[in-house]
Amino acid sequence: MNPIFKHGPAPQHRLILVLLCSAALIFFDHKMNSFESARGFLQSMVSPLQYLATAPKQMMNWAAENIVTRRQLIDDNEQYKINELVFHEQALQLDIVKRENNRLRALLASPVRSDAKKMVAEILAVDSDPYTHQVVINRGANDGVYEGQAVIDDEGIVGQILHVGTTSSRVLLITDVTHAVPVRISRNGLRLIASGVGVIDRLTHNHVPHSSDIRIGDLLVTSGLGSKFPEGYPVAKVSSVIQDESRAFSQIQSQPVAKIDRLRYVLLLWPEQPNEQQPIAAESLPNKKAEKQ
Amino acid sequence: MTIASRLIILLTFLVALMASIMPLPLSVDAFRPDWVLVVLLYWCLALPSRVNVISAWVLGFILDVLLGSTLGVHAGAMAIAVYIVAGNFQKIRNFSVWQQALIVGVLSALYHLIVFWLQRFLTDAVFLPSYLYPVFTTIILWPWAFLLLRKIRRNFRIK
Repeated sequence: MNPIFKHGPAPQHRLILVLLCSAALIFFDHKMNSFESARGFLQSMVSPLQYLATAPKQMMNWAAENIVTRRQLIDDNEQYKINELVFHEQALQLDIVKRENNRLRALLASPVRSDAKKMVAEILAVDSDPYTHQVVINRGANDGVYEGQAVIDDEGIVGQILHVGTTSSRVLLITDVTHAVPVRISRNGLRLIASGVGVIDRLTHNHVPHSSDIRIGDLLVTSGLGSKFPEGYPVAKVSSVIQDESRAFSQIQSQPVAKIDRLRYVLLLWPEQPNEQQPIAAESLPNKKAEKQ
Repeated sequence: MTIASRLIILLTFLVALMASIMPLPLSVDAFRPDWVLVVLLYWCLALPSRVNVISAWVLGFILDVLLGSTLGVHAGAMAIAVYIVAGNFQKIRNFSVWQQALIVGVLSALYHLIVFWLQRFLTDAVFLPSYLYPVFTTIILWPWAFLLLRKIRRNFRIK
């Protein structure tokens, strides 16, 4: 069927209509944030597509994990046994230190810190456009994930939850242009803000006076001031300090300690509410590791 | 247009959407061709009365949700690129496949630039030449996608 006479509205009218729609969407989504709840719904709608798209990669991973030689497995196993011994020893020490710390805090009449609930999530590795730094993980509202939740890996802070779907959710990485996290220098407690610049291995710190004591290699940890991220997790290492007196502030840049560009598993943190039912027993190891830092 | 042919068109779009979010190694990722745009442009050339600006906008919107960008950015850019083809489909149809590939390349560059301009307007993104790498892979992809989709169209007699 090839109509001689076109029916329906003319292409120009359609274009104007959809461009108006686009403009309205951009305005309401970007300036007003009025799609927060709808985003979660849309995220759930498209998550089957995301699971499907990652299927080939999952298959490759499965193959790579299953097709290994016996020799390699034995080697790996030995390595893990040694690691377990080391970690176990460290965990014992940690236990003692923790008890001592709680006792001291009780003496000082400060609130005793309780264990935060944690959950391991896998990156669905769904890639995003180059203008935003986001990843999608395989946990959603069904697992109790909420917006603004802190996400870490085994080295440090990764980002926070942006949109929550039913079975998947989106994580905004700390290197995104729109993200900033309050930090302090672990050496002297100086407070800074670490903002992303859209480059995967760089964070920048604005409005730092020339007189502040910052050196290359200083570790920046979360200060817990924004009450989004719990206190004390490593964020970045200072990589360059330029103190040019002709400028108003010194220019500080740092490099995230989390392996942002090769994430596979991440840890979701819940604020301090002692929860009896830890989700998965196998998580005890990464938990201890994370607490140690 | 039967239900079967509608389904087949939808299926090609679904595959294109999946291909555009499929995880790739970081080094190849910058070269990912615009699958959705290529499939859209083919159907718009073949059946301009069925696939046009509105379908382009809807697919762009789905892409926005999948990529987590501000809603409406990819949708608007996609609609503009398809509008240009929808207005000139009779001319473009008569070109050879390689000439068509060049036109698709220009449209793809336009699409990426519109997305960049909108992002720049919204979040102060900085232009990197790597944002235009997909244009080259899209030009290379077009002849193959064209032949494959034409085969599909003729095989299933989609009109």
